[in-house]
Amino acid sequence: MSTPLIMFLAFIAITLAITYWAARRSSGATAYFAAGRRITGWQNGIAVAGDYMSAASFLGIAGIIAFQGYDGFMFSVGWLVAYLTVLLIVAEPLRNAGKYTMADVLAYRLRPRPVRAMAALSTLTVGTFYMIAQMIGAGTLVALLLKGSGIDYSRAVVLVGMLMVCYVVFGGMLATTWVQIVKAILLMMGTILLSVLVMAHFGFSFAAFFDAIAHVKDGGKVVNFLNPGLRYKPPYGALDLISLGLALVLGTAGNPHILVRFYTVPDARTARVSVAWAMAIVGTFYIMTTFLGFGAATIVGKEFIARNGGTNMSAPLLAQRLGGDIFFAFISSIAFATILAVVAGLTISASTCFAHDFWENVIHHGKPQDPRTSVRVARLTAFAVGAIAIALAIGLSNFNVAFLVGLAFAVAASANLPVIVLSIYWRRFTTEGAVAGLATGLLSSLALIVVSPSIMGIDAPTVAHAARHLIQMKPLFPLENPGIVSIPLGFAGAFIGTLMSRVDAHAEHKFTEMEVRVNTGLGSEKASAH
Amino acid sequence: MPIDSQPPPAGDWDRIAESEEFKDLMAAKARFIVPATVAFVVYYFALPVLVGYAPELMKTPVIGPVNVAYLFALSQFFFAWFIAWLYMRAAAKFDAMADKTLTQLQARKDAERS
Repeated sequence: MSTPLIMFLAFIAITLAITYWAARRSSGATAYFAAGRRITGWQNGIAVAGDYMSAASFLGIAGIIAFQGYDGFMFSVGWLVAYLTVLLIVAEPLRNAGKYTMADVLAYRLRPRPVRAMAALSTLTVGTFYMIAQMIGAGTLVALLLKGSGIDYSRAVVLVGMLMVCYVVFGGMLATTWVQIVKAILLMMGTILLSVLVMAHFGFSFAAFFDAIAHVKDGGKVVNFLNPGLRYKPPYGALDLISLGLALVLGTAGNPHILVRFYTVPDARTARVSVAWAMAIVGTFYIMTTFLGFGAATIVGKEFIARNGGTNMSAPLLAQRLGGDIFFAFISSIAFATILAVVAGLTISASTCFAHDFWENVIHHGKPQDPRTSVRVARLTAFAVGAIAIALAIGLSNFNVAFLVGLAFAVAASANLPVIVLSIYWRRFTTEGAVAGLATGLLSSLALIVVSPSIMGIDAPTVAHAARHLIQMKPLFPLENPGIVSIPLGFAGAFIGTLMSRVDAHAEHKFTEMEVRVNTGLGSEKASAH
Repeated sequence: MPIDSQPPPAGDWDRIAESEEFKDLMAAKARFIVPATVAFVVYYFALPVLVGYAPELMKTPVIGPVNVAYLFALSQFFFAWFIAWLYMRAAAKFDAMADKTLTQLQARKDAERS
């Protein structure tokens, strides 16, 4: 058996052991959906980081920097700064007002059925985009690493899908949390090691490293990769950058799988501490994408990467060049672990959303259900989500994963963030406003993605089938990322919907209750007694 | 804080909302969160705006080949950490004020009962 295969199997064995341990400990709905709210601040901080640093961060950003230099680093910056939105505006109110899902905050004072139905739709859409990106990363990675072992792209995608369903179905939020913690620690170790090796390659001289970045051979030319503009070019590059920035900074706080993590801690104060921990870890990681991305650009070179798996494989190929096949296997296993943990987080948030928002509250009108049945519904949903993600990922294997996740963030920022913020901070906000905001944000971001240059474009007949645009016509919308248009539309939908509807006295009265609850923690969900 | 997990009596919400302690808490939070949010939004969006509209300025080398664009991007990390650190410090005060709001309510209720 080859070394890479042994490393993969070792990681899978560890995570299954965690799942077995968690399955024996967790019973009841709070345990399954929120790990009993007994995760501590630093544990949850590491888990948030583990939930967040996805294939997009590790494989995707490294790839964009390796191919297009500085512009890729803009993803790194935006993804850290985004945590300020989470910390200052969303995390604590969400923890105090809700129970299991993002929609709990909306349903606190608005009519639960319409807002939960819309929020569930939007949660599942964001989760699907995000999940496809992860599965594509996993598929290409495993196919490259285990070349000749009979495990190709499609089989790798199926394997990831089955594992994630296993964690979530048997281990619930507790297993997901610990898989994320183990993964975050492994990813940080791997990234630090790889960064040190990059610097060792340059004799630990930053001058030599940056000098190499300023003189990257690209085709026949020498290009300065520290200069912006290699990806985002005129005439629309500047707007696209701002659009991406908006989507990243506002999208994190609208990402359901990140938000549900704040229900796993005992109170809002612990939620805050966990954001601080996450910012320390995530920020350090994103600074190190400098070494991963520019290291791959200078040491490996984009021609080689393009021929061996494409942009998403930049970091693993860098590891191979610097540390040989064993280190390549080690880094690839970490990337694989990264993907599994994120996918598990996405799956549990999607299945919680379906069971809690849709099944309990929309179908059964919020009448108390047997918690065992709710958990069973969630487990069945996890199966369905796994199957859909596998099918889509096999169909869409050629997208850069950071880019796809950027789109997921745009949808989250356009649909979810406006209604979360307005329901916490605007007394007048109504059910009609929430539904209109969610619907305009969701539809406009999706529609703009479909007519953008990422989907539409006319390819020369020489372009390979897999790399062709999905729709062969001139793009109707010039930007790759729809955020700059769809986020204001999401807010506008929420405002106009509210102002056109009658004043909701009940919602306004409940606003006072929610404001007190959010700011003092009075009446908020407590940790389970165990 | 000895708060039991039972929902508090309905009247309590309005009583707290109208108390001076709670109003002070809300004002203190707004005094921190609004300027902090404005500061990070302005500082952050300065980066894509300058990179997009003043690329020549951003390409200016500062230390060897390291240019304004990279240093400005790097500074974003430290700025974000700094704001987070300020918030964590301020939030300790908000916690104390929130606790005071709830103890004052309890004290007033006890006084009414005796």
